[in-house]
Amino acid sequence: MELELLALGDNGWGDEMLRATLVTLMVSLSAMGIGLFISIFGTISKLSKKKYVRILADTYTTVIRGIPELLVIYLLFFGGSNAVMGLAKLFGYYGYIELNAFVIGSFAVGAISGAYSTEVMRGAFLSVPIGQIDAAKSVGMSKLLIFIRITAPQVLRYALPGLGNVWQLTLKDTALIMVTGLVEIMRQAHVASGSTYSPFTFYVAAAFLYLILTTFSNRIFNRLESWGNRGVRRE
Amino acid sequence: MNYELMIETFPKLLMGSYITIQLVTISLFIGLFLAVGLALLRLSSNSFLIFFAKTYIFYFRGTPLLVQIFLIYYGIGQFESVRESVFWVFFKEAYWCGILALTLNTCAYSSEIIRGGIQSVPLGQIESAKSTGMSRFLLYRRIILPIAFRQALPAYGNEMILMVKATSLVSTITIMDITGIARLVIAKTFSPVEIFIVAGLIYLTINFAVTRLVSFCEYKLTPHLRYNE
Repeated sequence: MELELLALGDNGWGDEMLRATLVTLMVSLSAMGIGLFISIFGTISKLSKKKYVRILADTYTTVIRGIPELLVIYLLFFGGSNAVMGLAKLFGYYGYIELNAFVIGSFAVGAISGAYSTEVMRGAFLSVPIGQIDAAKSVGMSKLLIFIRITAPQVLRYALPGLGNVWQLTLKDTALIMVTGLVEIMRQAHVASGSTYSPFTFYVAAAFLYLILTTFSNRIFNRLESWGNRGVRRE
Repeated sequence: MNYELMIETFPKLLMGSYITIQLVTISLFIGLFLAVGLALLRLSSNSFLIFFAKTYIFYFRGTPLLVQIFLIYYGIGQFESVRESVFWVFFKEAYWCGILALTLNTCAYSSEIIRGGIQSVPLGQIESAKSTGMSRFLLYRRIILPIAFRQALPAYGNEMILMVKATSLVSTITIMDITGIARLVIAKTFSPVEIFIVAGLIYLTINFAVTRLVSFCEYKLTPHLRYNE
């Protein structure tokens, strides 16, 4: 292995790899954000009284969780620009719109992450004891107040471990965005190994960078969990 | 929506599903055996073996499968010694590299599932088996592993579905599975939605069959939990 290939500065690919790591992190964060945003509506629809709303949400989570991530990314990569241009036409804009790889990647991975987050959030919502909500009603709390004071804080606590898993999945799924040409860790490793003929060195470096990201974020989630559980009595 | 194209592409993608199913079955089969071994290492009392198992699982669960596939397919060829050895017959083929990566990957995930299953076997049952004088091997064969598998089955079903989805990644190393063919047709015809629907339906059908199979096995393995026939 030629470690000098990974040097920082002009002679090595170290700084490029680090910059790519930052891109991976940014894509993961925005995908997770989009996913969480989707999951709010997903959870509301899944728990809705209207049947067709429930069916819609169920279809979304089943389809996304049942087909490969790569296929979803290809759909948005090849079809995303057309869809946006179609939408723009409705509003009277007829120009050519090209979506940037970062945006496509974030939305593709976000849609995947959203399906998993929805399931986690739904489970967390259902684990809030119904007695507590009854008790809140009995003291005359409004629906909004019940949500803010009773449901939301507990849902967050119950959902944290599951969301930690979703984050790990999301982080690893961003590796697939390399097919759109966005220069994140995998793409950078691919480019670097292509021009130096040392693929092993660069893919090991990529693996190492992912391990750092997953381990580090795992720590953060563990911290958050123990912070979230600080008021819970242990038997 | 171009229905003609969808009908035209369907048989092509079905050909790809043959490869997909092949990859899934081979890697799940070998992976399961390795996973049992790895779970036993992880639960052994030798700290070196535990360290090995933990490191293996940490590496394969902490990095994306794509890195693992590329590392094996592109990475190994960097070494002159490998290219000149007999192993090169194996490593130059994308198909075998894909299977190797998928097997090693599923081994790490399944071993954690099996470990959970083994640890959920009630201690009383192990003690009573020991009290009847069973040897360690017999204890594992008759008591621990059957119960562990039954406990682990639902989680293992999830892993099987994840593997069906994971095989799509081998399309990046030139293997023409469902996703590989789908990408080719999309790039040629530029109608992503139609192809996506057809390919997605095939994947959903495969995964539906997997879930049915798992729940059938679950039904067969839990006769004691059935109320009435």
